[in-house]
Amino acid sequence: MTTEGIGISVPRKEGRGKLTGKAQYVADQVWPGRIYGVTVRSKVAHGRILAIRFGEGIPWDEFTIVTAKDIAAQGWCNRVESIEPDQPFLAEEFINHAEEPILLLAHADRHLLERARRAVTVEVEELPAVLDLDEALACVQAVGGRRNLFKEIRIELGDPGEIWSQAAHVVEGTYHTGAQEQLYIETNGMSAEVAGDGVTVRGSLQCPYYVHTALTQLFHLPGDRVRVLQMDTGGAFGGKEDYPSIIAGHAAMLAWKAGRPVTIVYDREEDMACTTKRHPSRSRLRTAFDASGRLLAMESDFVLDAGAYTTLSPVVLSRGAIHALGPYRCPHVRIHARAVATNSPPNGAFRGFGAPQSLFAMERHMDIAAARMGLDPVQLRRRNLLKLGDLMATGQRVAEDLDLEGLMDRALADLGYQEKLVAFAQHNAGPGPVKKGVGFSVFMHGCGFTGSGELHLASVTGARTLADGRVEVLAASTEMGQGKETVFTQIVSEALGVPSELVAMAGVDTREVPNSGPTVASRSTMVVGKLVQDAALGLKEMLIQGGFLREPYDPAGFRAAVRKAHAQSGAMTCFAEYQQPAGLVWDDKTYQGDAYPTFAWACYAVEVSVDTVTWEVKVEDFVARQEVGRVINPVLAAGQVEGGVTQGLGWALWEKVETAQGRMINNQMTNYIVATAQDLPRIRVYFEENNPYVLGPGGAKGLGELPMDGPAPAVLGAIQNALGLLDLREVPVTPERLLEAVEAHHERG
Amino acid sequence: MNGDRMQLDVTVNGQARSVQVLPMARLLDVLREELQLPGTKEGCGEGECGACSVIMDGKLVNSCLVPAVQAQGAELLTIEGLARDGELSGLQRAFVACNGAQCGFCTPGMVLASVDLLRRCAHPTETEIREGLAGNICRCTGYVKIIDAVQAAAAGRERP
Amino acid sequence: MRGNVPDCTVKVPGSLAEALATLAQEPGRWRPLAGGTDLMVPFAAGRLADTHFLSLQRLDALRAIEPDDEGITFGALVTYTDLRRHPYVQRHLPNLVQSAKVTGAVAIQNRGTLGGNLVNGSPAADTPPSLLAYGAQVELAGTGGARWVPYEAFHTGYKQTVLAQEELLTRIRVARPAPGFHFYRKVGTRAAQAVAKVCLALYARVEDGVVRDCRIGLGSVAPVPLRARSVEAVLLDRALDALPLSEARAALMADISPIDDIRSTARYRRIVAGNVLVQALTELATSLNGCS
Repeated sequence: MTTEGIGISVPRKEGRGKLTGKAQYVADQVWPGRIYGVTVRSKVAHGRILAIRFGEGIPWDEFTIVTAKDIAAQGWCNRVESIEPDQPFLAEEFINHAEEPILLLAHADRHLLERARRAVTVEVEELPAVLDLDEALACVQAVGGRRNLFKEIRIELGDPGEIWSQAAHVVEGTYHTGAQEQLYIETNGMSAEVAGDGVTVRGSLQCPYYVHTALTQLFHLPGDRVRVLQMDTGGAFGGKEDYPSIIAGHAAMLAWKAGRPVTIVYDREEDMACTTKRHPSRSRLRTAFDASGRLLAMESDFVLDAGAYTTLSPVVLSRGAIHALGPYRCPHVRIHARAVATNSPPNGAFRGFGAPQSLFAMERHMDIAAARMGLDPVQLRRRNLLKLGDLMATGQRVAEDLDLEGLMDRALADLGYQEKLVAFAQHNAGPGPVKKGVGFSVFMHGCGFTGSGELHLASVTGARTLADGRVEVLAASTEMGQGKETVFTQIVSEALGVPSELVAMAGVDTREVPNSGPTVASRSTMVVGKLVQDAALGLKEMLIQGGFLREPYDPAGFRAAVRKAHAQSGAMTCFAEYQQPAGLVWDDKTYQGDAYPTFAWACYAVEVSVDTVTWEVKVEDFVARQEVGRVINPVLAAGQVEGGVTQGLGWALWEKVETAQGRMINNQMTNYIVATAQDLPRIRVYFEENNPYVLGPGGAKGLGELPMDGPAPAVLGAIQNALGLLDLREVPVTPERLLEAVEAHHERG
Repeated sequence: MNGDRMQLDVTVNGQARSVQVLPMARLLDVLREELQLPGTKEGCGEGECGACSVIMDGKLVNSCLVPAVQAQGAELLTIEGLARDGELSGLQRAFVACNGAQCGFCTPGMVLASVDLLRRCAHPTETEIREGLAGNICRCTGYVKIIDAVQAAAAGRERP
Repeated sequence: MRGNVPDCTVKVPGSLAEALATLAQEPGRWRPLAGGTDLMVPFAAGRLADTHFLSLQRLDALRAIEPDDEGITFGALVTYTDLRRHPYVQRHLPNLVQSAKVTGAVAIQNRGTLGGNLVNGSPAADTPPSLLAYGAQVELAGTGGARWVPYEAFHTGYKQTVLAQEELLTRIRVARPAPGFHFYRKVGTRAAQAVAKVCLALYARVEDGVVRDCRIGLGSVAPVPLRARSVEAVLLDRALDALPLSEARAALMADISPIDDIRSTARYRRIVAGNVLVQALTELATSLNGCS
């Protein structure tokens, strides 16, 4: 038995290094002989490169310089492929977005390097840029993809037929969400060295094998001549899912040419302006209800601004489209989703990955529809929340005995929602300038990759013996704050019945660990953790089969057995390979079937106060209640919710990306506003484990992204409750926007 | 003279140190490079995020905003100076036990800000903690467990 | 870090006289450097052209806070932390405590200086409105001597002041206000580490329920921190129970000229400045004979 298994708040294994300043992030590495790299980027959103000029006063012969021409001359492949090979490492003839990388410089002296960067002039024939979604959709000018679409998805259920004309209520609405910057406190950075036997890169990243693949493709190298190591990573949230491949390629090309190791670390301004953001979205919804508020039909036109290249947009679109109906039962559904090419820096992964955008629209829509129909928004949910056996938009049948109504009621009770509705109505009728309101949202998040994604990933983990009697876990999952090492350790601890000291975690090094897939999609505990469990159990079997171990055993006995086996024949390794759960059926062409192996479900409720002097919204109390199957480590899990909710609140209230001519102009932390400790209340977190996922370790579902989906619609519902009927349909609701909405409302009379 | 280095004499984590620096180099860079103490981090370079916070002459400062010349003769405390003989301080242990550090990048600055707060106010209220840490941005935690850690440490505990 | 560090030279004078002599010898060449919380930001971003800095760090005389019978004098190097902790300031100049408290956060308050803040000349700074409301004076010193200038005449345009190239701002003086009503509010982008979108400081002296003195300082609503003179005129000699709120708001619109910028809009600033003014006046009206 173990006291450090599943369900225990085991203190973080990774904790000590982070608390003593000993953790090694990419910028911390001391490396004799290493030089630094910087990127020269486009100042315009669209243009044709005419010439590159190197200015006076710089000893250019001391510099290593790489351009697209060098890539061609070397016979390298100037394409970074996430899904499509359309994005170049360095711009060739055309520039397709502001801040697009054009050339690379390296030198040992960082100050000289910065002067050199400024001394490069890129002569560009500026061309008209397409920055507006409708302009892009009209396709008067081609930007990318097919007719400016990188992906188009239709999800259809039933057939609405005459419903639109016959239903008791038809409600329409258009909803907008803005871009959002991940703002990991550690900016992006990678180091590369090229030695006789290949390329090694190390840095801040989420997905070592994505980088690995990108480099093998860039240099036409076999897999065993590229090595990728993850260093301590200071936050990522999706912002280090695909972009590190570009930086790795840049650093490696410079290292190749220079014959010396190269480190590229972005400063905050560059990171914010140049790297990926959450996709801005527009949802046009139309829903038909019967007289009692039951959903009869739902139609969504869901559009994402993808930026200039495909990158991950098709997958973001996919998740957004699948989540567009929310946690509701509706017999007739038409979702039309499009990822649109514009001359903006490509957008990418950010916790939630399309679901926050579409769920925001549907949850807002439900609140507004309730008000239009004279129904209580809680009642409207009650009429429509999914139950066991109901069909979701893709035709997936709810396989869990859900009690979403109960979850909702409990979350509302946690907040004191009903009492506050009454109390605040009274308070708000009074003369004071501060108005109070409550709001909530109900939502779900599909865990793991969509559809056939996991099948394609074909993830592998391993467990192997160490000479000292410990078991080492081999997985490519990256620790970036979520506590992966601790959680995997707990899973193995539980599986083998041994204490955590007997479980070691192999460093994330593509030479050492198999490809267990990227650290994304809320899959690391549920999918990879399960594979880790399988590998550990498999290793135990091997030890038993080999005669080294007999059950029952105690930790000392286990350790001795591992030592013995290792001493006798060297490391014994058991690999576990992903198996598609039986009965999971998905069709990529029709977008029908089992979109996700399982879902986590939640209801979030919030109390706000709105100061009508300044139109600032203060979050007074926040309840996050979620059904997640099984909580591996309660303190770590709560930490994920608290952090995710905070980012969701930021997206709702403060985090506005300001752009001009296709580039972000508030790319400093003084002007891109994220919450300080004084801007937030305590986030109150409650977990339910009523619906364990049979195939997750201990019953665990995915959790990491769920918290992003709920806060925004709940907050806007609360503002609406505080101020009276206001059709707030856009995030972020900055005080400026709220003031405009209030004035528009008064003008309408 | 332009480009001339100056001798910077400071006491860092109780140790007298002397390094050659450019006068307008940032104290942050001097700590990380010449003084070889990379625990203090750069998060923004504009004095907004607090990842670079250290204690200088008894006061919390953003080291990215202090030119080296102005650190002459200063007494500095960085994250590397908190543990004694490999033993974590009570505050550090509380951060570990309460999960006050997720990705860890804001942590050195956050811990120094907490040290500064607890020196000024041994038993701060939650409001006082939030004010004391308002200059340290964390993107991972929502601050909840950081506050738990500071409260625990103030009460002489590790767990909340 | 994009600053031109290798090309920079720093002089560290040991006395005010030495500092002023340097400025006199080469006017415009040496940029005075106080706490660094303003200058180091553009410097590190590669947006500060200066390469010659005059660090004031050894001028301890400029760190003094000296109360006397009539008021209090702050050295230019007094920090926000010093300000907010000083008992005299807490007792008599609560708006200064408030403005210090909302400047940045602890680490900024420990290094940022009053003098540096004023000389930086940003119209969005947090302390100037309070100094305007209290009728501060600033001392500008050169090798030829020192002159006192009313603070309300210090700023002449966006980031322009009357400080000559050879001068240093050395002291700030505030006369002790008679017991009265103090109000300060900064509307920022968030609760800490925020640049003001609107900032208002008000001081009023009330006698027998009538406003006999009223000074209002504003920030972020014009190219300079400024006095809301039209509003003050409207309020003077008015009874607390009959303060003309709409007239005051309208007068405010005449005083201010807010713009759209990266943080906010002119419209928001106009309306919210008016709202904050009304809030201040409502609190004044309900105060106990003008005591806050």
